Amino acid sequence: MIKFNINDTEVEVEPGCTVLEAARQYGIEIPTLCYHESVAPSGACRLCMVELKDGNWSKLVASCIYPAAEGINIYTETERVHNVRKWLFEMLLSKCPGSNEIKEMASKYGVTSTQFPIENTDEKCMLCGLCTRVCEEVVGLSAISIVDRGVHKKIGSPFLVPSDVCVACGCCVTICPTGAMSARIDAVRRTPDVTLTPLAL
Amino acid sequence: MDHQVEAIDEILEHYPEEPEFLIFLLQDIQSAYGFISKESMQMVSDYTGVPITQAYSVATFYQSFRLEPIGEHELRVCLGTACHLKGGQRIVEELERKLNIKAGETTEDMMYTLDTVNCVGACALAPVLLADEKYETNITASKIKKILKKIESK
Amino acid sequence: MSNGNTAISIDSIRLNSLEDLNTLRQNIIDKHDPNKPEVLICHGTGCIANGSVEVIDAFKKICADADIDAKIMPGIKATGCQGLCSKGPLVLIKPQGLFYQKVKASDVEDIIQKTIIKNEPVERLLYKDPKTGKPIKTEEEIPYYSLQKRVILKNIGKIDPTSIHDKIAVGGYQALAKALKTMTPEEVVTEVANSGLRGRGGAGFPTGRKWQGALKAVEKKGGPVYVVVNGDEGDPGAFMDCAIMEGDPHAVLEGLILGAYALGANKGYLYIRAEYPLAVKHLEMAMEQARAHGLLGDNILNSGFSFDAQINRGAGAFVCGESTALFTSIEGKAGTPRPKYVRSVEEGLWGNPTVLNNVETWANIPLIIKKGADWYSSIGTPKSTGTKVFCLVGKVNNVGLVEVPMGTPITKIVDEIGGGIPSGKPFKAVQTGGPSGGCIPNKLKDTPMDFDSLTDAGAMMGSGAMIVMDEHDCVVDIGRYFLRFLEEESCGKCIPCRLGLTKMREILDNFSAGKGKIEDIETLQSLAKAIQDGALCALGTSAPNPCLTTIKFFKDEYLAHINDQKCPAGVCKELITYSIDPDACTGCRSCARLCPENCITGKKKEPHVINADKCIRCGICLETCKFDAVQVN
Repeated sequence: MIKFNINDTEVEVEPGCTVLEAARQYGIEIPTLCYHESVAPSGACRLCMVELKDGNWSKLVASCIYPAAEGINIYTETERVHNVRKWLFEMLLSKCPGSNEIKEMASKYGVTSTQFPIENTDEKCMLCGLCTRVCEEVVGLSAISIVDRGVHKKIGSPFLVPSDVCVACGCCVTICPTGAMSARIDAVRRTPDVTLTPLAL
Repeated sequence: MDHQVEAIDEILEHYPEEPEFLIFLLQDIQSAYGFISKESMQMVSDYTGVPITQAYSVATFYQSFRLEPIGEHELRVCLGTACHLKGGQRIVEELERKLNIKAGETTEDMMYTLDTVNCVGACALAPVLLADEKYETNITASKIKKILKKIESK
Repeated sequence: MSNGNTAISIDSIRLNSLEDLNTLRQNIIDKHDPNKPEVLICHGTGCIANGSVEVIDAFKKICADADIDAKIMPGIKATGCQGLCSKGPLVLIKPQGLFYQKVKASDVEDIIQKTIIKNEPVERLLYKDPKTGKPIKTEEEIPYYSLQKRVILKNIGKIDPTSIHDKIAVGGYQALAKALKTMTPEEVVTEVANSGLRGRGGAGFPTGRKWQGALKAVEKKGGPVYVVVNGDEGDPGAFMDCAIMEGDPHAVLEGLILGAYALGANKGYLYIRAEYPLAVKHLEMAMEQARAHGLLGDNILNSGFSFDAQINRGAGAFVCGESTALFTSIEGKAGTPRPKYVRSVEEGLWGNPTVLNNVETWANIPLIIKKGADWYSSIGTPKSTGTKVFCLVGKVNNVGLVEVPMGTPITKIVDEIGGGIPSGKPFKAVQTGGPSGGCIPNKLKDTPMDFDSLTDAGAMMGSGAMIVMDEHDCVVDIGRYFLRFLEEESCGKCIPCRLGLTKMREILDNFSAGKGKIEDIETLQSLAKAIQDGALCALGTSAPNPCLTTIKFFKDEYLAHINDQKCPAGVCKELITYSIDPDACTGCRSCARLCPENCITGKKKEPHVINADKCIRCGICLETCKFDAVQVN
C-alpha cells in the first residue's frame, strides 16, 4: 500500500492508483471533464490540476494521470490551483457557451461569467476527445477521431463525411461530458443503404 | 486510376506492413503525386493496419500533408522570426493581393498554391520566398512582380 | 529509403579495428598533397539560396575547359555552412587560406586565372574590415571568426560532408574506435557525466545524468533501450542543427553510435525536420558509408557490438521537437505529447527506456571521448561547460553561425562578433530561445549566454537562436508573432495551450490596434501564470515567456500602445500613418508604381503624396524608396 497526504490528511491506496482515484476514494472533490474510468486518462482538460509540494518547491500536476507515490504532499485548493481553474472555466464559458454541464460545473466553482467574447452560442464541444477514446478503446471501432490540430482541431469521421464504420452504439453520446455529441452523431454515422442483417460473429 | 494503384503498390512494398511506417508511406505518396488522395490513403490504411480514421487524423495533424491537388507552382513565404522582422508578412499580403487567394489556397486555374513556412534556415537573406524549391531572397514587392513574370513566361 | 544518390562511390573496405582505421587515415592523408590548390565552396542552405550551386558548377566547368597544369589543377569541394551567411556565397582557397565573399559564377574565371594560376588574390572578393575598409585575406584574420571558439563547427565548411574519407582524415571515428577498444560502456557514461555536458536542445538537462537514468531503468525493467537524435529543429531563426547535420553528418552519427555503445542500444532513430532535405540526404549517405566501413551495423569494428539506425523525416509539426511528441511521431501517430510524469529514460519509445538528445549534444560526444572530460569542462563556465553554437540573425551586420564558450556575454556576440546593428546604434533587444524564450534588453547586454543566467533573466537558451532587434522592431508585435506561431503549432490537446494562447494573442491584438486597457496587462500576467502552471507540455508551459519578458523589460512601450495609442517602433499598422518627405522625394515614381491601392500621386520628378484615407499601410512604399523619403508617423 502507498501512503501519502492530500490536503494534510493521510490517505492510503493500492500501488498503481492515481492521485485523482485516491482523492475520490476519500471523498475529496476534484473537478474533471475529460476523465472517465472506462478509458485511459489523457490529461487534456487540466481541470484536475493539483499542487504537489515539497518544502518550498511546488508544481502543479494533473491528478488524473499523476501516480500516487509514497510520502508526497498534494493540495487540491491552493491559489495556483484556483487560478488555473478560474481561467479554464472562463475560457470554456466563452468557447462552449451552449453546454449546461460546463455552466453548472463552473458556477459550482464560483465562475459564472467570462471576460472573453462569446463566439458561437450553440457550441458545446470542448474537443477533449473522450468520444474518440471510447470509440477506439471500448467499442474498438475508431469510427471517429481527432482531425487537424491546435486551434483548427475538430472531431469527426474520415474526410468529415458520414461513415458506415459507425454502428450508432451511442457510447460517444453517453460519455460526452458536455452534451456535445448528441447533436453530432448524424454527421458521423452514414445511413446504411442496404437492410441490416445480424452480424455473424 | 489503375496505373496509380499499381504505382502506389510499388511504394508500399518499400516498407514492412507495420503501423509505424504510416508517415513514411504518406510522405512518399505525396512526393510522387503532390497530394494524398482518398484512395491512396485507404490503401496505406489497409497495408499498415492503421484504421482509416487514424490515418486521416495523422494526415491532417501534420502540416506538410496535402489532401487536395496543388497548383502547378508552389510559392512558400518564410515567416521565421528574421523574415518576420524584415517584412515577411508584407510579402504574404502582397502575394495574396496579386494572386487573389489567401495563404493556404490554390488559384482557380490551378496555377499557384500560396503557403507560409516556419523558417527555412536562410535567415541571412530575409525575407525569403521559396518558389518551386528555388530560394528567392531579400524579397521586395518589385521582386515579386519579376518572379511572377518569370514563372508565367515559362 | 535511399534517395538514389550514387554520386559518391564507397570503397567498401570493412574496417575491423582501430589499427585499420588508422591505416586508412594515413593512406588518405598520404594521398593528399597539401600544397595542391583546393577550392572549398559553401553549400549550406544560406549560400545555396544565394546561388552557390551556380558557383560550384562554374568552377567545375571552367576548370575542365581551362588549360591548367595538372600540378595546380584545383580540387573542388562543396562544403557545409562556412558560417558568415550574410556574406555568401563563400569560397575558401587552399593552401593560401584565402577567404572570398559574395562570389558569383561570373567571378570564377578571375579566381582561376589570378589565384589558382598566378597565386594572386582577387582583391574585390576579399572581406573588408567594416571600420577601416582594409581588405583581409584569410578567415583567421577576420574578427567574426577569430573571436569564436570553433569546436563543433571546426570541420564544417572545411570537409566534404558527403565523403567519409574527408571525415576520417580529420580524425572522424577515432573516438568510437578508442571507446570500443579501451573503454567499457560504463566508462563512456562516466566520461560524459564528468564533462558536465548539458542538453543543447533547450532545457539544459545534464546529459550524463540522463544516460545514467536510462541505465537504471534498464536494470529495473530490462531492455530494449533506444537512442534517438532530435533533429526537429523548429525554433524559427535557428539553423545550427541543420548546419551540423548538413556539414558534418558523421559527427552526429559517431556521437549516436557512442551513446548506443554506452547504453547498450542496438537500434537508433534520427528524427529530422521536414524542411531540411539536404540534412536528410547527407545523413543517409553518411550512414551508408559508415555501414560499408564497418562503423555501423553488425559487429562494429569487429568489437562484437552491433547497432543500426534509421531516419524518420518529420512531417511538419513544431510540437514534435518535444520529446514525448517526437516518440509518438516515430511510432507513426499524430505527434501529441504525453504527460511526462514517468520520464522518457524509463518509458520512451514504445514504452521502453529511451535516450533522446539534440543534434548538437550528440555531436559533442565524440569530442568528449576523444579529448576527455577534463579538457571539455575547462571550456565555458563551471555549470555550463563546453561551447554553444548560436544562430545570430535579425538586425545585425554579420548574420550566421557563431560558436563561443558557454558564458560569453551577449554584447561580445552581437557587438563584436556580429559587428553591431546596421544603423550603428545600440541594439534594442536580443530574443533568445525562440518561442519559449524571451527578449533581453540592451541594458542587460553583459548577461552571459549560459543556461542559468538566461533563465534568471526570464529568457531561455532554447536551441540557440539569437534574434537581434533594433529600434524599428516593436515588442508588442514580437509578442504577437510568437503567440500566433504557437497557436498554429499547438497540438490542441490541452485547453490552456489551445484556448489560452489565443486569448493572450487577442489581448495583444487589441494593444496593437490601440484598443487596450491598462488592466489588460494584469489579465495577461494572470492568464500567463495559468498557462505556465496548467499546460501539458513544454510548448505550452513556456509559451508565455516572450510576452512576459517584453512586459517586464519594455513596459513603457506597452503603455505607449495602451495610453497614447502609439507604436513607438512604427510597426503596428493601426497606429501608424505613412507620409512622404517632400524634401527627400525625387519623384522617381518607384513607390507609386508598386502601391497596391494606387494612392500615391504626383508628377514625375516632383515630390509625391500619399492619400492617407486610401492607404492600407502595407509598407511597400517604405521598403521600395531608395531615398528614405517615406516616413512612418
